[in-house]
Formats: sequence, structure tokens, C-alpha cells
Amino acid sequence: MIDHAHASHSEIPVLQASSLWLPRQHSWQRMPMVGLVLAVVGLGASLAGGLASPAAHSQLWHSWLVGALFALSLGLGGLFFVLVQHSTQAGWSVVVRRIGENAMATLPFVALLFVPLLFGLGDLFHWSHADAVAADPLLQHKSPYLNVPFFLIRALVYFGVWSFLAFWFGRQSRVQDTTGDHNLTRRMRRMSAPALIAFAFTVTYFAIDWVMSLDPHWYSTIFGVYFFAGSVMAFFAFMTLIALGQEKLLPRVVNGEHLHDIAKLLFAFLVFWAYMAFSQYLLIWYANLPEETGFFAQRLVGSWRPVSVGLSLGHFIVPFFFLLPRTVKRHPKALAGVAIWLLAMHALDMYWLVMPSLHANGIALSWLDFTTLIGCSGVFLAAFGWSLRRQALVPLRDPRLPESITFENV
Amino acid sequence: MALLRPSLPPGERFGVLAEFSSPADLYHACEGVRDAGYTRWDAHTPFPIHGLDRAMGLKASRLPWVVLVMALGGALAGIGLQGWVSTTAYPLVISGKPFFSWPAFIPVTFELSVLGGALGAVFGMFAMNQLPTWYHPLFSKSSFERMSDDGFFLSIESWDPRFETDRTVELLRRLGAKEVELVAS
Repeated sequence: MIDHAHASHSEIPVLQASSLWLPRQHSWQRMPMVGLVLAVVGLGASLAGGLASPAAHSQLWHSWLVGALFALSLGLGGLFFVLVQHSTQAGWSVVVRRIGENAMATLPFVALLFVPLLFGLGDLFHWSHADAVAADPLLQHKSPYLNVPFFLIRALVYFGVWSFLAFWFGRQSRVQDTTGDHNLTRRMRRMSAPALIAFAFTVTYFAIDWVMSLDPHWYSTIFGVYFFAGSVMAFFAFMTLIALGQEKLLPRVVNGEHLHDIAKLLFAFLVFWAYMAFSQYLLIWYANLPEETGFFAQRLVGSWRPVSVGLSLGHFIVPFFFLLPRTVKRHPKALAGVAIWLLAMHALDMYWLVMPSLHANGIALSWLDFTTLIGCSGVFLAAFGWSLRRQALVPLRDPRLPESITFENV
Repeated sequence: MALLRPSLPPGERFGVLAEFSSPADLYHACEGVRDAGYTRWDAHTPFPIHGLDRAMGLKASRLPWVVLVMALGGALAGIGLQGWVSTTAYPLVISGKPFFSWPAFIPVTFELSVLGGALGAVFGMFAMNQLPTWYHPLFSKSSFERMSDDGFFLSIESWDPRFETDRTVELLRRLGAKEVELVAS
């Protein structure tokens, strides 16, 4: 594979390493600053407003959780993308792999967004109240798992594992930029399989802990995969937007062929999300067991019903037919539009997962929903922009870089 | 033996067959033939050559439309059959649910749309490529056997509006063909 890469080296344009960095005048240079401003303003306003009255506390922490989940899911999607590229020894994706690496570099920063939530555990999680557990046999039965100390230890493990993986894989890739050592590629490939297993377990249990346990009586074994599918889809939507920008920036390196493939992955995970969402619904609807139906019963009555229907239309049916033709997958403006739309749908999905546990009787929008989402996205953007600036836009000396530059869809 | 021959217009000559020595030569020859305005011609290579479709000026395949129609047809058949059976032909109350319980019908509907799409893709491709074809006039040339090994060929059919034997042969020679042969029908 390495010999092949060298053999085709003569066909590719000669590129200066210095031209593969974000140009000094480029507007993305301001991304960390813009993100930071959004974070300070959004989260500051949320805290000031939400903590002012005790009545708003619960709303604040629920809105905050939605925003933090949204920001976290983009980073998790980035980590997943990078791990899969290494484990499959993908050639096509090398020029866009840094987008995933920059996204996963946000994980340690986004983890900080979950720290304030520790003050809201009582407002968020019914099972964290000793008197509630004492009065409820089911919660007593679950208490060996659902108790605050173990919950905190697990949270530490999840964020620790993700931060470590993001740091380790990001660092190997950066070291290769200077040394050009092919062994780093082999080492990353070897590590990627165990890392994917760790990723699968941590994401599943994270979703159970921080989202599913909002309704501690309810359980669904597919829930972790549902969260994962939506997260990866959201990441590909974000990646589409960044790759469109990089296509303008590095037209000889990133082109329509790469965008076409990213759009295919976006489409695939859009379908995968729907597959998981429907599988979860179908089994619960069909079995009709009281301890399982509560989740959907709540979301299919009153004003939550149009949200659920809107989510299945807007998160699946409409973008499915829109993204189906090849022409759309290769059309920059159409692609940008659908990517922004799907990011909004993912935010709605997170809202739909969390909020009914606070507003059981119907949707009730609060301005905190918007300020926390803006603030948490700001933290993600700031960290992403910081990572974007500190390394080249593509892995400069990856052995498969020539293969990726000359890649074509057959 | 007229069995499974391609349906070709009548005429005593099929056209001309030109051989090129490398993928690059063939690629540029395709650009030349395309720019000369020929429409009834084809390239034959042992392996896919990136960008050859653009060099030949091929339009997007109509196959995706066949797949879409067949997939939607499969979905319609799936939901229609289950709906008709459950509400009209043999209505049964199953675990207290309505007769038309669409969520229960989705798995079969989904599978039938995949089946329809897959059948459309395979047999639509066969139909558009006129497969199976057991005999083709090009097979009469023994050099053409190398099409599946190391030969790069370009054939222009005699019913192309621009086809004139001498000028077409001359064009192919000018485009770098190392051998040009006339092919009988």
C-alpha cells in the first residue's frame, strides 16, 4: 500500500506544506473567538437567568443538558469517524480526516459543560433522591446501578476514555506531520479496534446514564445505539459544512469526490437513525407492556405529538428523498442546506429526548433552551477552531495522502 | 445461431475496431472521438479507467430511476398486500390493535422495497446492457479476446450518422490507434 502511494505520487500536484494550513487572513481564524463569545454570552445569560429564581432551576438544567448533549454528540461523531477510518485503512478520507480529529479534540472541553450539571442532578434525576428511592421498589431494585457516587465514577470514566482516545489519536497524527513515520499509521490501526469497542460501551452507558435515566422506570436496550446514530449523523452534517469550506480553501486537495462520499455517509446515518428509532418504537408498540410504553405514551399525546411526527418527517422522510439523488450529493449549496437542516433536527431530537421529563403535559419552550444551545455550541466551536488553527488542515505526511487526493468515485 | 444476439440494425458491416497500447492513449482517443461528434461507439477495457465516462461524454445512467420505481413499487406492494389482507380479505383482531396497524407492516414493506430496488438494479442493468448476449460481431476478431487481459479497444458502429469508413479509420489512426480493423456484421 505504501509502495502504491509512492508510485502514484508523480500524478498529483506538488503541494507546499505551508499552503495546507488555515491562511492567516481566513475568517475561520476568528472561530475560537466567536465561539468563546457565544459561550460566555449564552451560558452567562443562562446561568444569570436560570439561577435567579429557584423555580427556573429545573428548566435551566434540562435546557443545559440538551445543549451539552448536542455539543458532545458532534465530538463523539468525530472520534467515531477517525477510529473507523483507521480500522478500515481508508484511503479516500485522509484529506478530510482532520475535520474528525478537530471535532474529537473538543471532547475534553465539552466535558466541562457537564460539570455544572452536577449541581442540577437533583432537578434532573428523580432517582437521585433518597426518599423517592425509599418509596419505590423499582428504584430500590435499580439502586446498585443508579446511585450518585457510582453515576459520578462512570461519568468520569466516559469522559476520561473519550478525552484520552481523542488526545492519543490526535497526537499520533500530528507527530506524523513532522516525522512522516509510517509506523504511526500502523500503530493507529492496531489501536483503533480496541478503541472502537471502548467507544461503543462508553457511548451506550453514557446514553443510559444521562438521558434514559431521566425516566428511571423506563428502559430500552436499543437506546444507546439510537443516541449514537443521531450523533454520528449530526457530525457528518457538521463535517459537510467544514468540508465545503475546505473545498474552497484547498481546491486541489478536497473536491466533489470527497464531498460526495461524506454526503453518502450523512445519508447512511440518517437512514440508520430512522432504522433505530423505528425499531425501538415498533417493539415497544407491539409488546404494549406498561413499563415500556410510558416513554412513547408521553410523546404521542398533546403538543408532544406534533413534535414526534415532525421529527420523523424532518429527521428522516424529507431529507431521505432530498439527499437520495447523486446530483444533490455533489451540489454544494443543496448539501449545505440539508446539513444545516439536519443539525437543527438533531438539536430537536435531543430536546425531544430530554424535555418531556420536565414538561410532561406538553411542549413548553423557554428562552433558556436557546441560550444554553448557543452557549454549548459556542464551547464546541471555540475548541474546534482552536484545534483547526494549531495544526495543518490535512495530515501532511500520511502515507495514503496521495491516494486520497486523487480519489474518484467509480 | 440467432439466439441471444444483440439487436443491431441491418447492414453488412458492424463497424471498425481500433486497438490502443495504453489506458492513456485510449482515454485521449475517446476524447477525440467524442469531440468529432460520434454517438454510436464504445470503449472496451480490461479494468475500469477513472474518468473514461467523462472522456466518452456519457450521460448519467437512467438506471437509478428504474431502481427508484421498483423500490417504491415494492414498498407499495408490501403495504398494500398487508393492508388488504388485514382489513378486507381476512380481518383478525391481533392483541387488540386496529386492523390497519401500519407499524407492524413496516418491516415487510421495507424488505420488499429493498427487494424491488435490488431486482430493478440487477435486471434493469441487464436490460440496458442487452445482457445476456452470447454472440457479438466484435467477437469475430481474435485480437478482441485481449479486451479482458491487456488490450484497450475502441469500436465505432457503422450506423453512426457520422460514420464513413475511410474517414473514421483515418480519425482512429490519427488518434494513435496501433491497429484498426473492419468488423463484419
